[in-house]
Amino acid sequence: MLGPLEDRVLDGNAIGGMLMSLFGADMTAATGVCGSCGAVSLVAELAVYQSELGTVVRCRVCDAVLMVFVEVRGITCVDLQGLARLG
Amino acid sequence: MAGTAVRGRLTWETATVSSVLDETPSVRTVWLEVPGWPGHRAGQHLDIRLTAEDGYQAERSYSIASAPGEPLEITVERLEDGEVSPYLTQELRAGDQIEVRGPIGGYFVWETAMGGPLLLAAGGSGVVPLRAILRYRIMAGSSVPVRLLYSSRGWADVIYSDELSRPSPGVEVVHTLTRSHPDGWTGYTRRVDAAMLAQVAFRAQERALAYVCGPTNFVEAVAAGLVGLGYPAGRVRTERFGASGQ
Repeated sequence: MLGPLEDRVLDGNAIGGMLMSLFGADMTAATGVCGSCGAVSLVAELAVYQSELGTVVRCRVCDAVLMVFVEVRGITCVDLQGLARLG
Repeated sequence: MAGTAVRGRLTWETATVSSVLDETPSVRTVWLEVPGWPGHRAGQHLDIRLTAEDGYQAERSYSIASAPGEPLEITVERLEDGEVSPYLTQELRAGDQIEVRGPIGGYFVWETAMGGPLLLAAGGSGVVPLRAILRYRIMAGSSVPVRLLYSSRGWADVIYSDELSRPSPGVEVVHTLTRSHPDGWTGYTRRVDAAMLAQVAFRAQERALAYVCGPTNFVEAVAAGLVGLGYPAGRVRTERFGASGQ
């Protein structure tokens, strides 16, 4: 049984492997800056929503979408437009 | 083509299961041999990928249970509606091969140079990476004081119960059993709350470093509770694994 959505929110640790395969380095200890509210957070602490469709990463302060990852036939499409800075 | 992989890039490798051990009726520890495994840090995890005959693939992350330098070990809780954990906890046998990639994570890790004291808080199988930290602390000869607050549904669900019943000097283990408890149990019998944290956790002035791992609602409650006690948010490291296997 799936519980309420808020009980299934993961954090950036859960996508550490995917991010490392995409960026070639650990990103969980990297800092992300929200492009909407300017909140500064470690990637490990961001809110991560995973489904069969893909992965959405949101700001814990303002809930804005920061990153989206969708895999199509082995190719991962990466949208980082919600971030002001990552690194 | 592993031979052509860029060094440092994370690639899927073939792991061979060397042995398995049932920790509780729904939790199994699996020892893995991965040629060329680069070694890991205490608290890190790895990803496992299963491929069905029709090509469907499922990936999940599992915390590494062993200390750096020990044989690679993961401990997996079976989620009844899971795609990966039922296979790992019921079908997998010594000699089987699975795909893994790792080690992963540079945030939820502890090294002796980071100091202490350490407040570890686990909900269910969230104890796995914290057990790696406890074993690493011993192997590294660290004497930082540690308190582990471990929430389980019942005594039969406590993972590593033998090991945790003989903690090394400087380590205190406090259990809470949220659903059922043995006759004569004198410990906590409720979910972790602010009052429990106030009794168990190091005081904020002691500048403890906290590691909290478990189901999302557990982690949210404990992290908020610690910040409420005065722990700086930056001293509370969290790892959430979503809904628990209930």
